[in-house]
This record gives sequence, structure tokens and C-alpha cells, in this order.
Amino acid sequence: MTAHTFQPIAARRAPNKTEGPVAWIRINLFGDWITGLMTLLVGGALLWIVPQFLSWAVFRAAWLPDYEACRVDGVGACWGVVAEKYRIILFGRYPFEEQWRALLAMTLMLAMLVGSCTRAFWKPWLAPAWVVTLAVFFLLMYGDAMGLEKVETDRWGGLPLTILLASLSMMLAFPIAMVVALGRRSTMPAIRTVCTVYVELIRGVPLISVLFMASFMFPLFMPVGFSIDVLVRVVIGITLFAAAYMAEVIRGGLQAIPKGQLEAAATLGLSYWQTQRKIVLPQALAMVVPSIMNNFIGLFKDTSLVTIVSLYELTGALSIALNSDADWRPFKIEGYLFIALIYFAFCFSMSRYSIWVEKQVNKGKAR
Amino acid sequence: MSTKIPPKKREWSWRSQAFRGVIYQLLAVGVVALGVWFLASNTLHNMQVRGIKSGFDFLGDPAGFDIGESLFPFDSASPYWNAFLVGLVNTLRVAIVGIILTTLIGTLVGIGRFSRNALVRGLCYCYVELFRNIPILLQLLMWYLLLTETLPLAMDAITFGPFFLSKGGLIFPKPLWEMGHLWGLIGLIGGAALAFVYRAWAFRRFESTGQIRSMFWVPLGLFVVTGVLGWWVGGAPSHFDFPFKGDFSIERGGALTPEFLAVLLGLTLYTAAFVAEVVRAGIQSVAQGQNEAAAALGLNPGHVMRLVTLPQALRVIIPPLTNQYLNLTKNSSLAVAIGYPDVVSIANTSLNQTGRAVEAIAIVMLVYLTTSLSTSLLMNWYNARSAIKER
Repeated sequence: MTAHTFQPIAARRAPNKTEGPVAWIRINLFGDWITGLMTLLVGGALLWIVPQFLSWAVFRAAWLPDYEACRVDGVGACWGVVAEKYRIILFGRYPFEEQWRALLAMTLMLAMLVGSCTRAFWKPWLAPAWVVTLAVFFLLMYGDAMGLEKVETDRWGGLPLTILLASLSMMLAFPIAMVVALGRRSTMPAIRTVCTVYVELIRGVPLISVLFMASFMFPLFMPVGFSIDVLVRVVIGITLFAAAYMAEVIRGGLQAIPKGQLEAAATLGLSYWQTQRKIVLPQALAMVVPSIMNNFIGLFKDTSLVTIVSLYELTGALSIALNSDADWRPFKIEGYLFIALIYFAFCFSMSRYSIWVEKQVNKGKAR
Repeated sequence: MSTKIPPKKREWSWRSQAFRGVIYQLLAVGVVALGVWFLASNTLHNMQVRGIKSGFDFLGDPAGFDIGESLFPFDSASPYWNAFLVGLVNTLRVAIVGIILTTLIGTLVGIGRFSRNALVRGLCYCYVELFRNIPILLQLLMWYLLLTETLPLAMDAITFGPFFLSKGGLIFPKPLWEMGHLWGLIGLIGGAALAFVYRAWAFRRFESTGQIRSMFWVPLGLFVVTGVLGWWVGGAPSHFDFPFKGDFSIERGGALTPEFLAVLLGLTLYTAAFVAEVVRAGIQSVAQGQNEAAAALGLNPGHVMRLVTLPQALRVIIPPLTNQYLNLTKNSSLAVAIGYPDVVSIANTSLNQTGRAVEAIAIVMLVYLTTSLSTSLLMNWYNARSAIKER
């Protein structure tokens, strides 16, 4: 008998790691040959473009408000245009010495907007707080009281105007939208028709034609000798426009409430308004908060259109800052990038917030 | 057992819901009518006081302004209605090309969000977030500035073969119209008809025998082959109007103006970001198990996509996609900001020249309402066709 000595077979290779940065790169960048090829192509393109862009925007850029320095050959982006003109870009034609008022008003409004997004502020006193905020905003901006100099609304401009237009129109549009949404689901044919026609009419035309109407035709609509400030006209136009879109969003929420709940409410003897107030709207509105948030982002971007009817919000303020100044006009693209960054910061953070809200709303449904 | 008949339900009462409904409706209609009457009478009165003429008779008058780009001859002696027609054609031109391009880019980016490659995923994410969070007006202005400021003068145009890109826009070789092209067109139409017949036949065959015939490549082949055949029968015309560098500018060839390019680029890239999100949501809405089940049944990846994923995803995608198409069309009205002569910009010029604000704005609204409503009708029809058949 031969003695069998124990012969271990060769150890198997440890399985590939699936965690850690190296494994992540292997799976996500070089998973198979197509992925590898894409990585090479896209990565190559990025390696070619990104350094060029960075060199233009950062390393070779001129940062000082000196237009001679910007014209030297080989200089990249001229951020000096922002350093020189930022007050006109941010506040438009608002009187230079009084711009602290616009800044204060804007900060107040922003603080209130940010505050309204946090849970601690979701209390009944939020609505009156907003009324007070708006009143203070108007007092600060318009003046003519408490020793403040009067500033006509046609001189308002820049970022405060953008924020005012977006938030004021949104607040005014909300009640209209709620009524119209309920009206579109009403059993009364006449009311349903009126609401449907309103929504479809507004949604069928571009905002710019509504704004043209507000600025050219509104004076014709009013009795002789009765004139309305252009800012108010534009706010009315944007409000009517936003309300139609929001009504559709709210209607979507109303439709999602099962019919059984309405029947149960009717069985309990609740009236129409009691049913809506206690059963339908609380659920429907909570459901559509993320969509309303998206509406608000759209509205915020759409306020840039009022430039076309000569209200100088952020986009318009940039034109008045640069168009009349031959020294700085060649660097308009840097100005555009600056306000694009402002819009992006606002809209991106709002869309992140909307995702957070969506999670909060769905928390109750997750089992 | 009592035989008392319960009292007959009263048909009508002051307190009945039906009666109150009628009152509410009358009130609502009355308020709306009163509002409209108030606005209309004020408008009429104001127009009388200010001596503004009204009516659409101005449409026959000579317009008195030139239009930078038009698909058919137009000069300042042409009547206003002609100018509005040019504007309408320009709007539709940019909207249709934009819709096709935005669908392509949006779909690619939307699918790219599911790529196995992290770089592609990240790039698509950055694209979407960057482009949808900056106002479209600002993007249009930026593209226009880039095209008119940073590009070289026409004499130093960037050249790719017969294509010239400069401050004057994109100049390209234009195929010259000949009768042979008509034959090609006839061939294409015939091919489409043949493909349709083939599809119907293949479908019947599938129903009766279960054999799968190609529903995509064969019809496409039929379409292309008959088109080429028709073109060849017509004498294979292949003359192009080639542009060349003249003494002062690039001469001949077809041209796309910087205004058109800026509007097209801006609208396409902006809307594509939204379309990408729509496509992503659509694909995500189909449960992963469906794909696995289809693969387990032995369908190949192409069939899984075409027969299982896509029909279900499309149901989710189509309605918001329609909205994006309508948004693109409506946003094309912003072309007025950079001087592309679309219908809004023509209306604006006419309004300033004639003072007929009501009429000019009414025409604009009519144009967009017609486009929007007809698109929604078309899409509703498609939507009803692709909806889940519930029994």
C-alpha cells in the first residue's frame, strides 16, 4: 500500500472585490468592452474640453474691474465686468444711493422664502407673516414714508424684482388655481365649461402674448382716466398665466382621491364644501406639493420674459448695465454667465428641495 | 301591513340641490358675462376716445417692412397678411425641426441616465440639470451672442468641406430642384404604401401561423429601395448649388441665419433636458421584473425592448412628451428677443406700425391656440390608441 500524502489543490483566487473605489471604477468604467470604449471616448473629450474651459474661466481670467486688462491678448474670461457692474446687474435702475433698501427687502424676502421651506414654519401664522413681509418689502422698495425717498415702480429692477414677481404671482395664483381646479371637477356644466375654457385658453398661448396683452391692451380694458402701474399689470398677467397651469396640477391631485372617500363623506352628511375642506383638499394638496414646486421653478425662470415688455429684472438689468457702455459691452457673455449662475443656484436648490418634499410626502405611504 | 303609499317625491323645491345648482351656474355665467361686457365696452370706448381704428382690414395694406428670412418671396410692398404668413411659416419651421432634434437628443440623454458607464451617466445628469435650470430666454440670448460675436467673419469662415460657418450663419450646398426629384418623391410614397401593405400582411400571417416577420427592417427597406428606384428612374439628378468664397462674402448655396440657428439650438437643448427626464421616468415606470420575465420567455433584447418595455413606457411618456412639444412651440415665441422673424415678432412690428394691438395679439393667440389644440387632439388620439385596453 502506498502511502497517500495529503495534496492540497491550488487555492482558488479570491472573488473580485465589489466594494471600494477600485472595484467601483472597474465595474462602472470598464465593465465590458463597450463601457470601456465609452469611457475612453467620453473621458478623452472631457480631458480635452475641461482644462481649456478652466484655463479660460479661471487661470487666464481677469478679475479686476479694469477693461484695459481684459483686452490684453491671451486673457480669458473677463470677470471684471461683474466686479464693475454687479450693482446695476443686481438692482437694475434702482437709485444707486438707495440700493441698500432693495438689498434689505430682497434679503427679507429670501429669508422668508427659505423659512417657509422648513417644517418649523408650517404653522397657521405663516400666512399673516407673509402679508407682513410683503408689506415691509413694498414699504422698503417704494418708500415715500418714514423718511424714505420715493422710488417709482418703473425704477425697480434686478434680482429683487425677479423674486417679487415669482413669489407674489405664485401666492396670488394659488387661490385662483384651487377654485378653478374645483370648478373643472364640478357637476354643474356651466361652471365646468367656464373653468375649462379659461385653463385651455391660457395654456394654449405663450406667456409672452399674455404679457403683451397685459402691457398693450390692459390700458384699453380699463375705464377712461384709470391707469394701472405697469408692474401691477405684469403681475396680473403672470398670475392669470400661472393659475391655469397650477389648476391643472391641483386637478391631478383631486383626481387621485378615490371616489369612495367622497361617498363616505356624503354618507356622513358632510356638505360639498365640508367634504372638500376636510377630506379632499388636505390630501390632494399634500400630494401635489412637489408639482407645485416645479411650477414655481418654471415661473421663476419665466419671469425673465418681462424684459420684453420693459421691466428690468435680472436679464433686463444686464442689458441696461452693458448695452450703453462701449467699454464693457464686448464682455457681455461673462455677464450672461453670471446671471445664469444666479438662476441656476435658485432653480437647482429649489428642485433639490422639491425632491426632499416628495420624500416627506411619501413617507406616510411607505409601508 | 300598511298599504300607505309613501308621499311622491317632490320634483322641485326651493331647497333642492338641483335648484341651487342652477342658481350658482346662472350667477357664475352672469359674473363672467358682466366682466367680459365691462372689458369690451371699455375697450370700444377707449378706442373711440383715442381714435384707434379697429378691424382686420389692415391685413390687405402693404406691410412696409422687410423680413430677414422667408421661405417665399416677400418685400415691403407685400400685404400684411403675407407678412403674417411668413411669420407663421418661420415659427412652424423652427418648431418642427426643433421637435425632431429635441426628441432625438432627449431620448439619447434619457437612456444615457441608465448607462452602465458612470461617465456617461454623470454627463447626462449634468446636462439635464444645467440646461433645465437656466431660463430659456437667457439661453437664447447666449447662443445668439456666441454665434454672432465669437464666430469669424464670413471671409474667414470655418470650413468643413462645402459647409461654411461664420457670423453670417451656416452656408451649405443646396440640392437643385429637378423633375427627377419628383420621381424620387413618388417612389417614396409608393414605398410607404407598399410597406403598409406588407405590415398588414405580416400581421395577418403572424395571427394565423405565429410566424414572426420583420416589422421594421423590411418595411424600411421597401421604403428606401423604392425611393432610390424612383430617383434613378427620374434620371438620378444630383446637382447641388455649391457655395464658394467670393470676393466679399460666401456666395450661392443655401443659408441658415444665425437667428434661426440660435433659436433652434436654444429651444432644442433646453427642451431636450425636459424630454430626457420624461423618457427616464417612462423607462423607470416599467418594472424590472417584466424585462426578466420576457428574457426568461426567450425573447432577445431587441424584442424585449420593442414588445415589452417600450409599449408600456410609451404610455407613460406620451402625455408629458406632448406637453414638451407644445412648450417648445410656445417658447419659439421668444425668438422676438433676438430678432428671428417668427409670428410674434411680425405681430409686434405690425402692432407698432398700425397701432392695432387687439387684432395683432388676437392673430398671435389664434395661431398658437390652433397649433396647441390640434396637437393635443392628435396626441389624445394616439394616447387613446395606446392606452391599456380595459375590459
